[in-house]
This record gives sequence, structure tokens and C-alpha cells, in this order.
Amino acid sequence: MNLSRKWLNEFVDLPLSEVDDRAFAEAMSVSGSKVETTEDLSKTMKNVKVGKVVSIERHPDSDHMWVCQIDVGSGEPVQICTGAQNVKQGDLVPAALDNSLLPGGIEIKAKPLRGVPSYGMLCSFKELGATSHDFPYAIEDGILILQGDYKPGDDMAEKMGLDDHVVEFEITPNRPDCLCVIGLARETACTFNKSLKLHEPVVKAAAGGDVKDMAKVVIEDPNLCPRYTARMVKNVKIAPSPEWMAERIRNSGMRPINNIVDITNYVMLEYGQPMHAFDFSCVENGEIHVRRAKPGETIRTLDGSERTLSPEMLCICDTEKPVAVAGVMGGENSEIVGDTAMVLFESACFSGPSVRRTATSLGMRTDASARFEKGLDAWNTEKAVDRACELIELLGAGEVVGGVIDVIPEPLKKTTVKLEPEKINALLGTDVSEAQMRKILSDLGFTFDGDIINVPSWRGDVEHYSDIAEEVARFYGYNEIPTKFTGAISSCGGFTPEQQCERTCGEILRSLGLDEIITYSFISPTYYDKIRLPEDSPLRDSLKILNPLGEDTSIMRTTVLPSMLEILTRNFNFRNKTACLYEIGRVYNKRPDGLADEPRIISVGMYGEGVDFFVLKNVVATLADKITGKELRFVAEKENPSYHPGRCAKVYVGEEYIGVFGQIHPAVADNYGVDCELYCAELSFGKLFELRRELAVYKPLPKFPSVSRDLAVVCDKSVPVGELIACIKRFGGEFLKDCTVFDVYTGHHIAEGSKSVAFSLTMRADDRTMTDDDAESTVKKVLSALSEKFNAVIR
Amino acid sequence: MREMMEKLREASIRAVSEAADVDSLEALRVKYLGKKGELTAILRQMGGLSAEERPVMGQLANKLRADIEQAIDSRKTALSSAVMEMKLAAETVDVTMPAADIRLGHKHPMYNVLDQIKDIFIGMGFKIVDGPEVELADYNFTKLNIEDSHPSREWTDTFYFKDDSSILLRTQTSPMQIHAMETSELPIRMIAPGRVYRKDEVDATHSPMFHQIEGMVIDKGITMADLKATLNLVVEKIYGEGTVTRFRPHHFPFTEPSAELDIQCHKCGGKGCPTCKGEGWIEVLGCGMVHPKVLAGCGIDPDEYSGWAFGMGLERLAMGEYKIADLRLIFENDERFLEQF
Repeated sequence: MNLSRKWLNEFVDLPLSEVDDRAFAEAMSVSGSKVETTEDLSKTMKNVKVGKVVSIERHPDSDHMWVCQIDVGSGEPVQICTGAQNVKQGDLVPAALDNSLLPGGIEIKAKPLRGVPSYGMLCSFKELGATSHDFPYAIEDGILILQGDYKPGDDMAEKMGLDDHVVEFEITPNRPDCLCVIGLARETACTFNKSLKLHEPVVKAAAGGDVKDMAKVVIEDPNLCPRYTARMVKNVKIAPSPEWMAERIRNSGMRPINNIVDITNYVMLEYGQPMHAFDFSCVENGEIHVRRAKPGETIRTLDGSERTLSPEMLCICDTEKPVAVAGVMGGENSEIVGDTAMVLFESACFSGPSVRRTATSLGMRTDASARFEKGLDAWNTEKAVDRACELIELLGAGEVVGGVIDVIPEPLKKTTVKLEPEKINALLGTDVSEAQMRKILSDLGFTFDGDIINVPSWRGDVEHYSDIAEEVARFYGYNEIPTKFTGAISSCGGFTPEQQCERTCGEILRSLGLDEIITYSFISPTYYDKIRLPEDSPLRDSLKILNPLGEDTSIMRTTVLPSMLEILTRNFNFRNKTACLYEIGRVYNKRPDGLADEPRIISVGMYGEGVDFFVLKNVVATLADKITGKELRFVAEKENPSYHPGRCAKVYVGEEYIGVFGQIHPAVADNYGVDCELYCAELSFGKLFELRRELAVYKPLPKFPSVSRDLAVVCDKSVPVGELIACIKRFGGEFLKDCTVFDVYTGHHIAEGSKSVAFSLTMRADDRTMTDDDAESTVKKVLSALSEKFNAVIR
Repeated sequence: MREMMEKLREASIRAVSEAADVDSLEALRVKYLGKKGELTAILRQMGGLSAEERPVMGQLANKLRADIEQAIDSRKTALSSAVMEMKLAAETVDVTMPAADIRLGHKHPMYNVLDQIKDIFIGMGFKIVDGPEVELADYNFTKLNIEDSHPSREWTDTFYFKDDSSILLRTQTSPMQIHAMETSELPIRMIAPGRVYRKDEVDATHSPMFHQIEGMVIDKGITMADLKATLNLVVEKIYGEGTVTRFRPHHFPFTEPSAELDIQCHKCGGKGCPTCKGEGWIEVLGCGMVHPKVLAGCGIDPDEYSGWAFGMGLERLAMGEYKIADLRLIFENDERFLEQF
């Protein structure tokens, strides 16, 4: 909403000299009308004067240019050259003098034109930033020959209403009453503690008669149209609006068209009530029917587009056809044109959501629909239509017919709220007196019956004592409310164990060199094909967004793998040599009730220099070990179609499955256009958390030295080393404290199909120094177990 | 005898001072002070002295022994520090050589900022709560006093899973207010950060998925003064001590009164500059007193309890803090971007 401060001054005495734009913006913003920008229009055009052409002669050195002497009211005439052909002696023209500024930041300076000095430029209306609507008598391709009240020396900026400042407001959707000059004037008056000067429209209705005898209005859908008010004007004389009206319309960001259309826009800007003017001769049988469109009905709207309507849309129709889309735009078939003689002014109230949906589905949000969609004051329609008629009479644009058509299908409601000063102060933490509250509310147009507050009709947003509290707070001053802790600190904050565990997981992964990423929760269903999920995989049963932005973001992921692969691919395509990434993100598993289980998955992804299966395994094992402190088990996984069948493992803590990791199947990498080895892990955060290590309890440090023995065994190549270690640990007896592998060897000296595995055993007795016998017995136990289980023999 | 001792002193001190290494020093010790050493040989002649001379000579001999010993010790110290110095010199490294790379991972910049905020609130006695992203329209809208015809419910704005618009991707973290009020014991002091979703095409300032932080306090005696005190403190923690704030009336269906919290532009000090789009102020968060209707809808008596709530966008905060100009960088996850933080 753009507000002209000159117009505002008609209602509130607040000159720029008293409150400049900056102070105005600050005060209005903190009382609730947020100011976005302010603009001094006079700065857009400078030193452009009205000049009278005293003489005009051919340029001595050009066959199309003229040299003019221009009287700009300062004694000596100014010489200006022009190439335009429509200027003659005695004309009044806009002259941009030396060092002048035109809209668009164009600077004009004196300079010779083909050798003849020229001290400025004569201007067309376009060069003044105007349109043919502003100067309808002027030609487009030539100098603007001014008509009307101009004399040499007049400042053009002032004449064009540019001696004004425009304030742009961002009005919250609950305050449609502030989308007009009067609404903002009321806020201004209250903000600056000034009186609000309102005006009651007076209509003479000199044409006499009664509109009710000439026209009929039927509301067929009262839900979508709570009120329809109309008045008639006869003997209409279509003409340009007077300059003062055009200027206000322009400065409010709209374009002047002609007097009738301008009056509807002027009233909308002033009263906030959108209006429409019908050429009554085009309203078949003189009847207005407010009804929903019939299927397939069409209308050509004022913007020249053919629109197909649907039955959710409310239309203004005559007995035959739609003549307007209610609250959005009029139809060409009843448009005000040059020879319009009878005008029916519509001032109606339509359902906000209905107008919004209609405007959205027709793709045409207009100044009118933007107001209607927020829900307008049904009490405002009559005053607005009266104001329009008053302006008709003021402009001499026609003769107003007596009477008003005013259809109100259901009684309009009034809201009351009880004034409860203690409750308001308790909510705000203030000590505002009841008298001050009453003053603030009265200034805003609220009235009282004892303790009962009558909410003004334009304040549809106020219905509760907390709304009243906000009104009080706004003008008491949000920034005057004390800044004071009023609640007792009665709770102890902190992370839950789960949140702590999540933080720890992140710390561990980062200490292992992984960077954290954030990926979208939605993916494309085709990504399941990219990771080679089988057709019948339950993971394909994802929650589907019914109105996605696009296929790529159309389903909720049931696996984090495609998200990670997408990011790895992106980094690969950016030619980043290495990427080691993690995310603790959710997957979304469908639930029977339509909602989702949203468990968190730790997703790891790596590629590049020095990255291989065991680097990834180290990450997985370190994380799982640090979090759980329990024995991990890795089992080769050949069935997962997303992973390399020979380089993939499932990881278990005890019997609990934690997740899967390994090299991404080359076919999957190929689907992503990546020709290097990609490594990923998907681990259940929930499981890790469930199995988390409890508080560590101190174990006494060993008092006696340990003994170590190395031994190598030969066994079948297919025996997993992990099982050998598990066997050693299980059967090694009381002294065995640790067992590590330091070499695996195949080849020379080892039979085909066998391998040699070398272990280092650490042994210790807790209560004495180990003897050689103790060590030998342990080694013996180990060897016999290995031989029994795996046919392994000492090398 | 005195003369002999003087000679010995002179010879031994010179020999010691000329000794080239620790081993030759040991040999000199034996030579001069050993059982068969030169000093012992001189002392053997003590028997021929008079009773008066003997103690004098004895004293002189002891002094000589001490002096030689000291000379040997100090020479020894000098020699070994020279050895150490040589060793150190040989061990010198080129400190400008690059060290081997130890890679530490990086937290995502946005979560850096989030963790900072979590820590601030935890310090003030808040809990962190977490809730579903696939949400009932009831929680996302209805229980938050957002009417059925509200534009944000349109299918052009919100992602839906059900034709009857009953299940959706939450468009804000505010449904966590309802979950908290329905499931927590009073009083409540919580923040709820998380992902939210709106139907916005991706560009430099929009993303269909982004993050918000919701916060709420419900207790007896909670007022707008308390809201101001708490949020002022939080903003000072985030933007630095002395940050100037202003509260400006605004509109949210689920708070009344509602406000927006602006901070004075730190770049221009409120005069107006490109950073604050000439306004002198920068919007930081939305807040307000929990609407009594919302409280009552969650079974909390608004005559007994009151509360306040706030919501803020995390992306914009992180972008401001790290001077990130394009939102797309946040979700692109380029290593070269991530490793900067």
C-alpha cells in the first residue's frame, strides 16, 4: 500500500516539516504499520519549468531542428533547440533547463546542438514519466503542449503532483482496513496523538428518481456475498479526471484512466472499498444477479483475456451472462467507454477466500482482489458508494439518481468484547490505567457501553481480550513494556540422553575427518531404480506428496542412500578430489494412520584418495565402538543390490543389526555417472543409541606384566579372519586379554587354496606374574580350538 | 711440599681445561685424585712434617682436592652441553615444511549456528524437543488458530499427502507448541528446531525445505515483559552485547499480541544501508503471547497459565552470520564450501 502524505494530510494534520519521512516510518512501524520505503517524489524531477514559446525559427544548420526562445518566467528568454515539429509560437511547454533532472535519473545540461547553444530541452509527456492518461490531449510523439492552468515559470514537478512524499507500507493480512488512506490516517492520528478529520459524503442526487425503479439486484449466493450496494448515474460525461485526482491516484501507484474509472479507484484508495462501474446499457434487462458461474461460462475481462469460469467462482451477471468476475475484474462487455451514458456503481462485499481462490485460479490478482481476499468490512459499502456519487457531482461527471440499492441477505454482525484491564496488564506485564486503555481504544474507533467494548466494523481481527491487549500495547508502545523476567526459572534445561548421543556421534564422525551435510527429505521415485532397489522392495512404498514441486522432490525418502549418492556425485562433478561426508538424517516410513515413523539414520559417504573399504570400516567400527563399547560383528553381505557383492558388510552389535556399509555397486555408481569407487554406510542411530555404553566404571590397572606370543596358522582361504579371532577369544582361556592380526599371507610356501594368518596374543594373569607354562597352555588351547573348528595348523 | 702442591694445581687445572671429552676427564681424575694419584703421593710425605705444619698442609691439600674436583665437574658440564648442542644442531628440521595432513571434519555451518542457539537456551533452563515432519493439518494449522480458509493451507503453498488436506509436511515448527502443551507437564520451557517445508521453487533465497527454531514458555505469571527480557538476552548472545532491539507489532494467528523483533543494523548503526535495505533495522524473529484460545485448545487454563512463543528461520541467520549470499549453497554440500567453517 502506497500512501501519499499530501493525501494523508487531508485527514491528519501532520506536515512534513513536523514529522519527516524517517521519523514517520519509525513511529508507524513500531505502532504496527510497517513501513518498507519512503520516497520524496520531488527528487525525481528537478528544474523543469513551464515555458512559453516566445519565438521559433529554423536551425541555421539543420533541416528539421528549431531554435526556440522560451519564457520561463525569469525575465530573459532561454534558448532551447528542439527537433520536434509540433511546437509553435505561444505554446506552453515543459522545459527542462540547464542542470535539470528527469524521471529515470536523466540529467539535462546546456550544450550546443549543431553549433547553436541550447540551454535545456523541451519535453514530451513520456520524458516527464507520464502517460497519455495523464495528458490525454497531448500527442505521443512530440513536445507536450500544455493545456489548462499553467503559466510560465510554474514548476512542472509541483504541477504534476510530485511535490509529495510516498510511503510504502507492508500491511499484515489481518488489517485490510489499513489498505486505504482513511485506515492509515486513523493509525497515524493515534500514533502521533492527533485528531482524525473524517468527512461524511453528501450526495445531492439532482437527477431525482429512484435507482430501485431502474435496476434490480439479486444475491443468489449469500455465503459468498454478504452485501451488495449500488447507485446509478445518468447523463455521464466521460472525461479526464482533474489534475488533483489524477495526481493522488498516480502517487498511490495506480494509473489515471478517465473520470468514472478514476472515481472507483479513488474511493478504493480512500475508503478501502473496491468498486466497479458498469455501463448500465450493457446490463441486460437492468438486472444484476450475484451468482456462481455455470460450468463452461466464459467472460472477456477488461485486460482483454477470454476467461473460462467454473462453478466455484462468483460472478456478477445480468439475466444472460456474466458481466464481471466478482471482486476480481470487470468484463469488457460492460466496460466504461467514451459514449457511456448510464453508470451503475457497485460497492459490494464478497467472501475473502472465494475471491482469493478465483483470482488465483484465473491468474489475475488485482488491487481489488488483494483487498477482498483479506475480508472487508461489510458496513463500508454504502459510505463508499455515496463518496463515489459525491465525487461525480463534484467533478460534474454526471447526474446521480436518487436512492440506493442495498441488499443484505443476512443481518451483519457486530462484535463486543469485555474490557478487563487487570487481564490485559497481566498479559503484558504492564501497569496501564483503565483510563489510558479507554483513550487508546476510543481513538481507534472503539466505543463503550460500560465495560463492554463495541468493536468497530472495520476491525474484523478483534474478537478477544488478547486482541484488545494488543491494541493497548501498540499505542502504549511495545518498546515501553518493561523488559523483565516475570517467570520463575522453575525448570532444568539440557539435552536428553538421545540428543547427547546424537551430538557425540557427530563429534566422532568429524574427528574421523567427515564433513556434515544436509540433504532434502524428499526424492524422486526414480532414485530407487538408480540404487537398483528390487521392484518388490518394501522401501519403494514411500509417502507420496500429492502436489509436489516436481518429480525430483515428490516422495519422502525411505532410504538415505540416494541423498548421499547425489551429494557424492555433485562433489565428484565439481572435481573435488576427495569427499568424506556424513548426515544424521531421517527416513520416513509409512504408518497405517497415514503419518510416518521418522527414524534417524547415520549416513556416511566417501570417495577419493586413500579411501577404501577398510577406511570406511574403520569409521563404522570406531563410531559403533565408541558409542556402544560392545563387541562388533561384521558379516559379509552379498545380497544388497546397491552394494558391491564382494565389498559389503552388515554390522552387528551382539545380535542386533546396526546397519550396512561397503563399496557402492559399480552399476549404481554408473547410474550416477561416477567412474570411481564410492563408499557408503547406513547405520541406525536408534539402535546405536539403544545399545549405548552406560557410564564407564573404572577397572583397576593391571599390577602384573603381560606376555605376548606371536603365532601363525594355515587354514582354508575361505575362512573369515573375523571367525578365527572370535574363536581365539572364545577358547583362549582366562589369561588371554587381546588378540590382533598382523599378517595374512598367501602364495609361496603356502598350499594352493590356503592362507597363513599371523596373530599376536597378549596374555596376563590378574593375580601374579605369568609363567611360561601359563603362556604355553594358552597357546595350546588356541591352537587346538583353531584346529578343531577350522582345520587350521600351526605354520 | 707447598711448592709441589702448587705445581700439581697448575698442571692439573690446565690438563682438565684441555681435556677433549668425558673419558679423558675420568682418566685425569684417576691420575690426580686416585688412590695411586699424584695428590695421594704428595700426601704420603706428610709424615715428615712437624706437628705445627701438618694441619696447615692438610688443609691446603683438601682445598686442592676440592678445586681439582670442581674443575673436572665444570669441564664435564661444559663438554656434555657441547655434545648436546651438536646433537640438537644435527636434529634441526625445516619448520616451514608442510605438516602431514590430519583431516578434521566440519560441522555444517547452519548446524554450527543451531548448536550455538541450543546452548544459549539450555543455559536458560530450556529443553530441546523434536517432533514429526509428516504432520496432521490439525497440528500444523487448526490447533494454532489458523482458520480453514487461510491462504497458507492452499495446495499451492503446502505439500499434502491426503486428498482431504488432513496430512501434510509441516510448514512451520509451530505444531511443536501444540505437541509440547499436550504432552509435557507444566511449566514448559522448550525450543524445537527442525525441518519445515513450503512449496517454494529453489532460488537464492527460497528452498522447498528449510529450518526453523520454535520456542515456547508456559508458566504462571508469564508476561510480555518476560518475552522481551528473554528474547533480548538471546539476541545479545547471538549478535553481541549491546545489540539494540525493537519490538514491532505483527500478526500471527496463534499469538496475541504478536510482534516482530528487529535488531538495529550493525553495519550502519541504524542510519540505513544496503544491508538493512535502508531501513536501519533487520528482522530477526517473530514472537508473541501464546493465544489464550490455543492454550485452552490444549487443555491449559488461560486464566491460570500464560506463555509466549517465538519462531525464527535458521537459514537466514546462518547466511547473515557467515555472509553466505545464496541459500542454494546450504543444500549443495560442496566440500569446498563445507570445509570453510
